[in-house]
Amino acid sequence: MAYAAGVDVGSTQTKAVVVDEHGEIIGRSLLSTGANVVQAAEQAFQTAIDDGEIPEEEVGYVIGTGYGRYRVEFGDDQITEIVCHARGAARMFPETETVVDMGGQDTKAIRIRKGGDVLDFCMNDKCAAGTGRFLQSAAAALELDLDELGPTALRGERPVRISTTCTVFAESEVLSWLARGKKIEDILLGVHNSIARRSYGLLRRVGIEGEITFTGGVTRNEAMVKVLEGVIEAPLNVSEESHYMGALGAALFALERIRKGREAHPAAGGVA
Amino acid sequence: MNTTAETHELVGRGARQGGELFRAWFDQLTHTAETGGQAAYVFVMGSLAELLRSFELPVVFPEINSLQTAVRKVSDEYLSLAEDHGFSPDVCGYVKADYALQLRGGEHPMGRIPKPSIAVLTNACNTYLKWAEIWERMYDIPIVTVDVPGTRSPYVQFTPGDFKRDRRYVEGQLRELIDTLVEHTGRPFDIDRLRQVLDTTNRMGRDWRRLLELNRARPAVYDAMLEGTIHLGVANALRGSVEGADYFADLVEEMRYKVDNGIGALVDPGEAHRLIFLGVPCYPIFRRFYQLFSEWGGVFVGSTYMWFASGGLDSEFEYDLARPIESLAEGLLQGVQRAVDAMLFHDQPLIEAIDRYEADGVVYHPIKSCRTVSTGLADSRKRVLEQRDVLCLYIESDMMDKRVVSEAQLKNRIDAFFEGLESRKLRLAAEPVAAGG
Repeated sequence: MAYAAGVDVGSTQTKAVVVDEHGEIIGRSLLSTGANVVQAAEQAFQTAIDDGEIPEEEVGYVIGTGYGRYRVEFGDDQITEIVCHARGAARMFPETETVVDMGGQDTKAIRIRKGGDVLDFCMNDKCAAGTGRFLQSAAAALELDLDELGPTALRGERPVRISTTCTVFAESEVLSWLARGKKIEDILLGVHNSIARRSYGLLRRVGIEGEITFTGGVTRNEAMVKVLEGVIEAPLNVSEESHYMGALGAALFALERIRKGREAHPAAGGVA
Repeated sequence: MNTTAETHELVGRGARQGGELFRAWFDQLTHTAETGGQAAYVFVMGSLAELLRSFELPVVFPEINSLQTAVRKVSDEYLSLAEDHGFSPDVCGYVKADYALQLRGGEHPMGRIPKPSIAVLTNACNTYLKWAEIWERMYDIPIVTVDVPGTRSPYVQFTPGDFKRDRRYVEGQLRELIDTLVEHTGRPFDIDRLRQVLDTTNRMGRDWRRLLELNRARPAVYDAMLEGTIHLGVANALRGSVEGADYFADLVEEMRYKVDNGIGALVDPGEAHRLIFLGVPCYPIFRRFYQLFSEWGGVFVGSTYMWFASGGLDSEFEYDLARPIESLAEGLLQGVQRAVDAMLFHDQPLIEAIDRYEADGVVYHPIKSCRTVSTGLADSRKRVLEQRDVLCLYIESDMMDKRVVSEAQLKNRIDAFFEGLESRKLRLAAEPVAAGG
């Protein structure tokens, strides 16, 4: 049996996924990217194959994705995370025609055909407003852990309006709301609203069609899912694997390469 | 001559000659600066170069000077100097580089640019008006602004007769400009010389349109974003000159040869995706910007830049030599109207170009410096996607300011665009051919 793997080296976290010949996830890993990108990629891959209890030599093809895709030095090829998130989302939710991916440093709106072909995409430019980094800044200002942001925001009742579009200035705006006596819950709900509105702007640029699948690390924040659904006025597909969607898409492309290799060289055992 | 020798002589000749002509033009400007001669500052859209050339006035294009500072990778020095003098980072990079150039006494990577003795402009761009006022304040020179009415609706006039009335309005202003030029240069107006120059522009225009048409070939014979910019530079700087018209005749010969012999713009890899470029190129990393597309086999078969910045050469209009001033007014009117409409209302011409050039994708490149050319691109993209099965890429940077050019971000988006084009290609190849198609 030949397995395929995808390694998604993001600005904040590195994710790796190993799939079997049916495209089912059998191993995964998630770790901080840190300063040594090459090492992060290797470690994520090793952890994922350990998780799936797969000998490394049985992994027939590896594709790197994410900003650090060219640093997946042991990989066989690279594909952008835009295309990989689309493919992963289509696998998990086959009716998907719109994808919103919210990562550490960028947010992407992607329009796809059913099946995963990218039709159009749009991303935030040169600014981390409306991304996971915006949430990190707010968490830092409020001295909260990232995992506390969602549950705290969900308790908010009267969200403040965050007017700045700059992640750096957002921190000082959060502090100014604190100084004016606003509740942390309301400030955080305001932060989530601000991010959701920016994401909605990107989505409108590509056009919202069909089912919408939410991917990326911020999907773990339940408040963001709820607020974004409210702004878009539509339900979002979210899965336990949403955080791994880019790596999953890369692994699925890797699996395709193995299959193509098998078709081209049936006697070669299937590795491209 | 055998084919190999012919290929060696012809292919690439336009790029070589274009570079030589451009350098010679800058040398001439340097000579004017050093001898203290008169020079007319004009803009690409509505330059009126023919009229100024008939008075033997050297023309200076500040937009070209500015973009050359970016191509030569020194624009940051000029932008910083202007910003030190109070210009906001948001102000057009062309204006700021030119202002700094004036402060530096005309010092430019291509030579020395003369000071203006007069400036002639139109209202084709809102920035032109305030830009010229800077020279007026710095040098106390005459500024002549020709007010060119716009179309009432994109590409059309609302009521019959509008164009005629507008032409009369422009013609009146041109006659005043002629009087000003007579006074300014001390030369009489020579209508036969004007006829001669207009005739030369007509010749250049015919070859310009042939050039646009020749790139419908598969493979396309030049990259409209990279080489198109060289062609545009020559078309503007040498408009109405015999050398300029001869250059385009030679270029057409070269491109025809390439078409006949299947020689494409890209060698390795060959043409894989046919694209149309919308906007102004990213000059601070011009060569690299081109490579980000060409390394995927992406060729720009068309560029809106070659339409809106060509001074109307892309249209079928030709000057009527029997009535030169009236015809010059007509040319200016239709040229400026086409330029403005091509900047602001691109979806329909884009859709036509997609069909004509059999394009696979469109690249929108809004720039920080210019909101005029960047406005409405998202809407245009939406309409194009609704009407044609192509992919569109939307990338933002600038034509002058490297501080807002992020190569990593550009590459990520461009790579994803080509991955999408590759999968589109596979899908189209797998689809059954339509009956009769």
